[in-house]
Amino acid sequence: MSADDEPPSAPSASISLWRLRSYLRPYVGTLIVAWLAAILSIAASTVIPLVGREIIDGPVVRGDQGALLWLGALTLALGVVEAFLIFLRRWTQGFLVFGVETAIRNDLYAHLQRLPMSFHDEWQSGQLLSRATTDLSTIRRFFGFGALFLVMNILQLTTVTILLLRMHWPLGLLVAVSALPIVYVSIRFEHRYTVLSRQVQDEQGDLATIVEESALGIRTIKAFGRRGHVFGGYDEVAGKVYRTSMAKVRLGSRFFTFLEVIPNVTLALVLLLGAAAVAGGGLSLGTLVAFTTMVLQLAWPVAALGYILAMGQEAMTAADRVMEVLDTPPSIVGGPVVIERPRGHLRFEGVEFRFPGADRPVLRDVTLDVRPGETVAIVGATGSGKTTLTALVPRLADVTAGRVTIDGQDVRDLTLPALRSVVATAFEEPTLFSMSVRENVTLGHGQASEEEVRAALEVAQATFAYDLPWGLETRIGEQGMSLSGGQRQRLALARAVLGHPKILVLDDTLSALDVETEALVEEALRRVLADATGIVVAHRASTVLLADRVALLRDGTIAHVGTHHQLLNEVPEYRSLLAAEEVV
Amino acid sequence: MMTVSTDRQWQGVAAENQDDVPQKVSLLLRERSRRLLGELLRPHRRAIARLVVVVLLSNVAGLSIPYLVALGIDTGIPALARGEGMGITLMIVGSILGAALAQALTRQAFLRISGRIGQDVLLELRRRVFTHFQRLSLSFHEKYTSGRVISRLTSDVEALAELLQAGFDGLVTAVLTLVGTAVMLLILDVHLGLVALAPLPLLFLATRWFRRQSALAYRRTRETVALVIVHFVESMTGIRAAQTFRREPRNQEIFEQLNEDYRAANARSMHLVAIFMPGIKLIGNVTIALVLVYGGWLAFRQEVTVGVLAAFLLYLRQFYEPMQEISQFYNTLQSAGAALEKLSGVLEEPPGVAEPEHPVPLPAARGAVTFAGVRFSYTPDIPILPELDLEIPAGQTVAVVGATGAGKTTVVKLISRFYDPVAGRVLLDGVDLRDLDEATLRRAVVMVTQENFLFSGTVADNIRFGRPDAPMADVVAAATAVGAHPFISGLPGGYEAEVGKRGGRMSAGQRQLVAFARAFLADPAVLILDEATSSLDVPSERLVQRALRTILAGRTAVIIAHRLSTVEIADRVLVMADGRVVEDGPPDRLIAASGRFAGLHTAWLESLSASG
Ligand SMILES: Nc1ncnc2c1ncn2[C@@H]1O[C@H](COP(=O)(O)OP(=O)(O)O)[C@@H](O)[C@H]1O
Ligand SMILES: Nc1ncnc2c1ncn2[C@@H]1O[C@H](COP(=O)(O)OP(=O)(O)O)[C@@H](O)[C@H]1O
Ligand SMILES: [Mg+2]
Repeated sequence: MSADDEPPSAPSASISLWRLRSYLRPYVGTLIVAWLAAILSIAASTVIPLVGREIIDGPVVRGDQGALLWLGALTLALGVVEAFLIFLRRWTQGFLVFGVETAIRNDLYAHLQRLPMSFHDEWQSGQLLSRATTDLSTIRRFFGFGALFLVMNILQLTTVTILLLRMHWPLGLLVAVSALPIVYVSIRFEHRYTVLSRQVQDEQGDLATIVEESALGIRTIKAFGRRGHVFGGYDEVAGKVYRTSMAKVRLGSRFFTFLEVIPNVTLALVLLLGAAAVAGGGLSLGTLVAFTTMVLQLAWPVAALGYILAMGQEAMTAADRVMEVLDTPPSIVGGPVVIERPRGHLRFEGVEFRFPGADRPVLRDVTLDVRPGETVAIVGATGSGKTTLTALVPRLADVTAGRVTIDGQDVRDLTLPALRSVVATAFEEPTLFSMSVRENVTLGHGQASEEEVRAALEVAQATFAYDLPWGLETRIGEQGMSLSGGQRQRLALARAVLGHPKILVLDDTLSALDVETEALVEEALRRVLADATGIVVAHRASTVLLADRVALLRDGTIAHVGTHHQLLNEVPEYRSLLAAEEVV
Repeated sequence: MMTVSTDRQWQGVAAENQDDVPQKVSLLLRERSRRLLGELLRPHRRAIARLVVVVLLSNVAGLSIPYLVALGIDTGIPALARGEGMGITLMIVGSILGAALAQALTRQAFLRISGRIGQDVLLELRRRVFTHFQRLSLSFHEKYTSGRVISRLTSDVEALAELLQAGFDGLVTAVLTLVGTAVMLLILDVHLGLVALAPLPLLFLATRWFRRQSALAYRRTRETVALVIVHFVESMTGIRAAQTFRREPRNQEIFEQLNEDYRAANARSMHLVAIFMPGIKLIGNVTIALVLVYGGWLAFRQEVTVGVLAAFLLYLRQFYEPMQEISQFYNTLQSAGAALEKLSGVLEEPPGVAEPEHPVPLPAARGAVTFAGVRFSYTPDIPILPELDLEIPAGQTVAVVGATGAGKTTVVKLISRFYDPVAGRVLLDGVDLRDLDEATLRRAVVMVTQENFLFSGTVADNIRFGRPDAPMADVVAAATAVGAHPFISGLPGGYEAEVGKRGGRMSAGQRQLVAFARAFLADPAVLILDEATSSLDVPSERLVQRALRTILAGRTAVIIAHRLSTVEIADRVLVMADGRVVEDGPPDRLIAASGRFAGLHTAWLESLSASG
């Protein structure tokens, strides 16, 4: 989505591609070998027709059999060398281009992992994915072949032209001049092609996004039988990709054809003037044969130039798209401080939070002191900002004013690993991955022992995991969809309590549990929370009772703080939020 | 018998992620890919025929140029030298220009036609595969994962695109140039021509070797890239948990490993090409040397003219240059073949929940639901519902309660036909669900789940998902009914506010309300609510319940809820345990009966009493 905002611009694009050159650094040696091989193989292929000329002008005309054999052997040797050089180039490039692609992809992934939630909330993984795959292979192809062929073609074109000039300068000049219209048309083509190729890339990203949503939302789509509707949306974007690609095809067809006509016209002129020159005695027949052979040889590199330029354009816009991501600064980075022995004293001091671009803050002037070992429940209506508040503690988002401190240290001064090992969160919507139950639970504690895992599962009443077909090694489907909602929530809870975090944040984590299980979990949690500082977001009175105090969130600020019973008696709003559900 | 079982075994996506498949199976897979490609190209037969004509013309024009040049050298120049004027030379030069123009025109036509065919095929393939994925059952999707769906529809389709865009172009021109040149060589001089064409069997052998090797290599490439994509998508989707739980280093490690596998697979196929292509070149170059020597010898014995020898050299270049292109095409073809293998596999997957061949019409469903001897399990051997018989009359509101994992969600998923029972039948108004076409069923039964997936777009778009043609007034009415209107009007942009990726700009409760509005707008005969109010605060939940009371009048409803407050609007309560209905009756009677439900009820009352 964000990709549409910025209009593509050629200059910045070419800079993006140029900036990626540092990835070539580890391969300088390989690069030199590949390019040398390329240049030499071109030289060999250019020399072969010259030997042909020698044969025609020499042995054939003079009747020298020995020279014929000798020159034949030379041609053979050159041919073998050429093939070997091509092999060398391709072989070394196999390492180079895929090495570069892989390195950029690794860095891109690492960068994405560093980028804050505010970035990930906006960017669809489809758009990110199309950058990490399609765009990177476009760049790779250009680095691997495009750039090389571009240089080689230009080299070949200039050498051949120079040779032609030396062979017979008037005709050579004619060939050189024929390059002018090519340059002119190429420049114009380039500009328009850039716009189109960027458009296709963005549209392909959108398409990937729709595919992603259609796969993740498959249950909803099926529940409503909206296959047709979703297909309509997909088809529309697929149609856009189609039309833009067709526009590219049309533009290309004109340009590529033009590039093929020019050498042929040149050839005709060369023959006309060359014939006159031969007749006039200014040129030998053998030279004319060699000359025409060489001009004919120009046809392919010139035609290929078109494809290479097109490839270059695509690589540039692709690099631009990749750089868009790599250039996004990770706005949430750690500070230098590590708390040696965290006590878990959590304070919100005049905290304000505003989503980027929002006119009103979601949270303002929130001040709350949670002493070590204390548990505070956050109560508030749907959408009052409870989840947002909890996200500030592990710095999934940063306050826009005020500060959050742990043991007196601003969370922004702590290193991220230190901060996030002090704070553990169970989200209201459990995020599970298609890996084993164990891996899901030990997400941040790869080294957790069997006992620790069992203890965590017991607290969360999630020992059902042992009864799964392969026990803890059972792979749960994507997003844990092969489990029931309550089971997913309990695994997410187990993950949070594993490793005894100093500060435990529970965001409405018990909502999908049945009453009996909930009671058991609450009892176990009470023990866990005895040693930990807790923030518990709750809708239910029973959950609120886990807390020592309750903070009522209204209009983005804490309206009241007190014990459950105090608030129940004194604050009518609190009563209406929590008091007696209607009884059967 | 044996054959049938192997064929079955490899049907659909079974061969994915298998590095070595038996020779026989790989033939089967290749055949399947070829069939798909054939099917995709068949509608374009006429365009392809036109393409062939255009290419023929283009190549005749292209090939005639060196011939004309040779003619110019052999006849034009002697004529000039004899002082017979420029006549012949001019005529030949004119012909060259004419040929160049003809080539240009036909070439442009070629690029357009082939471009169009390619894009048409891609569009068709995208449509087909997408539609098919949407048709496949949930059990398929649970195993397959969204990452692989994405990888099929992006990177695999693109591999084919490369074939259609570049490959087509190269191949047709190359083959024709090749054949044309071969003919010209033979016409010019049979002896020399035969020498020039002698290495063809060698080319054939080289190509066969390459085909065998690269088929394996490209398979591996497609598989490794899919794994990269799967990991990428999943870790980006779950980035919140990854960051909170410091999973990044491990994720990075896994990603780099997968990425490295992909690199190695790519490098391997690239190295095959690095052997194959220069190999072809070598054969070509050796031939050129032979022809030079032999031709030189012939010319020197006056058996061929210098012009013919010159033309031969030109043509030979033209002969082996396309060989490079053909091998390039072959390379792309192999890569596309691997992609096609995956795509055709997906298309071959039978939809687990199949559409009936002769659907029973059900114009106005009343909403009576019956389970008759239903047995169900997700994985064989682990029965979830051992045997379920249940009769829900039209218009009844049924609450289903029970511990998590008791099978409540499973029951309602069967009513929505997300799955088909292993044995027994689920009936709507006396019609087996398997006899209803999808549109009819979805019109009649709608389910609001625990997972409230919102699509990126506006709030209104998302509510309209329930009924895409609903006027705005109905959208607002549905939102108002469930109490979502106040918060929606508070959003910047109101109903036109973007909900963000997966509804991320809204709180979980707000998403739930939108999902509710969406279901109400759909106006089904059977409404299923599975834990649909769990993220709501109590007043909002109560508002929804009040709305339910009016909305559910005259509708069948199945409500799963842990908060027994929801049960108060039910006519009937089912208590489930271990996949069985253990209690069944009106709520007040069950409470009086001091069974499980009575126990639950007491527990719930106690949990409430906490609130004073
Ligand atoms: N990424 C976002 N961008 C803009 N607004 C958001 C975003 N996430 C949440 N909001 C808004 O912030 C408010 C508070 O959301 P949240 O903290 O999730 O509420 P809750 O109290 O239900 O947990 C809601 O009104 C929601 O619409
Ligand atoms: N897609 C699935 N694949 C395999 N097992 C599943 C799947 N969905 C649910 N189960 C299992 O089936 C049982 C019943 O689940 P469910 O019907 O969701 O329970 P409830 O809704 O009562 O909590 C659970 O043990 C659960 O692990
Ligand atoms: Mg929330």
